[in-house]
Amino acid sequence: MTTTVTSHRPRPAAQPESLRTKRLPRYAAPAIALAALLVAAVVVYGAGIGGPVLVVVLGALLYLVGLFVAAKAVEGPRAARNRTWSALIHSAFVLAVLPLASVAWTLISKGVERLDGDFFLTSMNNIGARDPNGGAYHAIIGTLEQVGVAALISVPLGILCAIYIVEYGRGKFAFAIRFFVDVMTGIPSIVSGLFVLAFWVLIVSPWFNDGRPSFSGFAAALALSVLMLPTVVRSTEEMLRLVPAPLREGAYALGVPKWKTILRVVLPTALPGIVTGVMLAVARAAGETAPVLLVAGGGAAINFNPFENNQSSLALFVYQQAGDASRYAPARAWAAALTLVALVLILTIAAKLLARRNRLGR
Amino acid sequence: MGETPHRSADAGTGGTRVTESHERSAGASARLVEAPVSTRTPGGTGLGGGGALPRARAFGAERGFRGLTLAAGTVVLVIIAAIAVFLVAKAVPAIRADTENFWTFEGWFPNDSEPKFGIGALAFGTVLTAALALLVAVPVALGIALYLSHYAPRRVGTTLGFLIDLLAAVPSVVFGLWGREIFLRPVQDFSVWLNKYFSWIPIFGGEGPFGKSILLGSLVLAIMVLPIITSLSREVFLQTPTANEEAALALGATRWEMLRTAVLPYGRPGIIAAVMLGLGRALGETIALAMTLGITFNISFNLIQNGGNSIAANIANTFGEANETGRGALIASGLVLFAITLIVNITARVIIYRRREFTESAA
Repeated sequence: MTTTVTSHRPRPAAQPESLRTKRLPRYAAPAIALAALLVAAVVVYGAGIGGPVLVVVLGALLYLVGLFVAAKAVEGPRAARNRTWSALIHSAFVLAVLPLASVAWTLISKGVERLDGDFFLTSMNNIGARDPNGGAYHAIIGTLEQVGVAALISVPLGILCAIYIVEYGRGKFAFAIRFFVDVMTGIPSIVSGLFVLAFWVLIVSPWFNDGRPSFSGFAAALALSVLMLPTVVRSTEEMLRLVPAPLREGAYALGVPKWKTILRVVLPTALPGIVTGVMLAVARAAGETAPVLLVAGGGAAINFNPFENNQSSLALFVYQQAGDASRYAPARAWAAALTLVALVLILTIAAKLLARRNRLGR
Repeated sequence: MGETPHRSADAGTGGTRVTESHERSAGASARLVEAPVSTRTPGGTGLGGGGALPRARAFGAERGFRGLTLAAGTVVLVIIAAIAVFLVAKAVPAIRADTENFWTFEGWFPNDSEPKFGIGALAFGTVLTAALALLVAVPVALGIALYLSHYAPRRVGTTLGFLIDLLAAVPSVVFGLWGREIFLRPVQDFSVWLNKYFSWIPIFGGEGPFGKSILLGSLVLAIMVLPIITSLSREVFLQTPTANEEAALALGATRWEMLRTAVLPYGRPGIIAAVMLGLGRALGETIALAMTLGITFNISFNLIQNGGNSIAANIANTFGEANETGRGALIASGLVLFAITLIVNITARVIIYRRREFTESAA
């Protein structure tokens, strides 16, 4: 019996050679890479046309060519193309990770420099070019208030709009609303800022303000709500569509009117998903600079009232400090950027975790 | 494809495809229920035990709620219309006051006593930077998306996909700050190198100084839209039916052939949508460009010399010292930007809607 078992061993070798494709040996790829780098180094330093970065870039190109040629000679053109594309896709990944990692690293390493109690508890009021302190308290207040007011405006409006599209809307009108909600997602933030500038700041606000246009946090909130609205509508719409039909039918069968079914059965079922969408919209709005710059004006002092006088926001604070000539300004800008990113990421991560636990699943 | 929880993250693309059938069944059942309620005559007891059911009232909660949602839906249309109307209302007086041709003049002096300004160079810069950014970002983004969905181990792909989603949420002002403080130097070196050896190509010519150029602006823009395009197209690639992929592999396709014949054609509408969304983002991007471009007002294809400008960046940069006419002029330029993005968006949506019907009927 033992002889039969061992006799299985040589069988693959007994197969005709033509059935098995030839493959490049394992060491081929690293060997080609090494050779490519060496050739690149010789060419670059020999001709004196660049430094180590050029060596790596040229080496990568030579590696791709060499890999293709070698694989084509041994494995055939199809496998060669497969290998080359695979190498290209991997290098695309490396290429993109470098700058993104640099952004993350710089943000953290430069951001923590000024991230102290002073930064969170003071404003920029009376901070001159030679003062190393100063903080973003006023900007944090501004961001929170503006985003809060914007959410108060856009969330009810967005949810009602989504309910109309999903539950009541029929025919061309509902289609038009859906279509324009989609189009609205692409409105640039600066255009929404200009719209509120033209509509609220220059035309409506002079009525309340003795004929002078008044910049305010509320105007910024209006602009942000224009940006948040389509996101809220689309995510709510998707979640409402996911609510199982039997839930609705059960409510109807019990004689519950449609509006009550929507409010008491459909909305609570879809709530986690809706909250996720709202949080993502809030995160996006919190990072917008342009609308705040145009209609809130920015300011150095703490202003708790969003309806009067200039207000700043974290994003605007970063922009202003980055343009400031003071030598302490960059550190403040990075610290504010880190705070802003932390705020946005906390919202985003919370939203994603919430979505993951969502019962409706997707 | 165990979890794809971030579908609602970007409400743009093809999200409702899977759920379309729900709407129909829910709607159909709703109509069935509604019908007997609305046909019953008020006051009549009707037949059987129906007398216990609530009567349909002319001004009941049902109608009120329906009207409320209808009003909310109309608000969307009103906002879009209002944006156009108010921008036009403020832009027209400024354009009238313009003493030069608004479309062709290269310069921006709307605050002078004889206002002179033209949109030509700005619109050119906007389109050029956005196009360059997409040219760089799209191949790389598709590469990463394919890597995350089909090459990387499942666990690595999911984790990195999550990180890419997070990067898509990073505000543009942060990218602008990074581009200006960190990325400027390598790009400057690269520009000098390009100029040294390739100055015979006009786009790399010039005498310097280099650095705050269209190249820097569009590279920062590319890095910014990269996570957005990646995360959207990765989701699309993950939705490819496994049967299609396995069929391709079973026919002897290599992995690349499988991607080319099964994954990419299936995902094409989604890719188009992702690219269009990225383009919309790139066209409207304000702060990152305001911080990285060299702000000049001429039409030039030179990529590496200090210069370049875009509509949105110009608004952010010159808004501070703008007077009445200046604001009007900026609003007019914003109107042009609005029109450009509207055209891009509507085109994208029409493509997606058409493709969606196609893929649905095919599926």
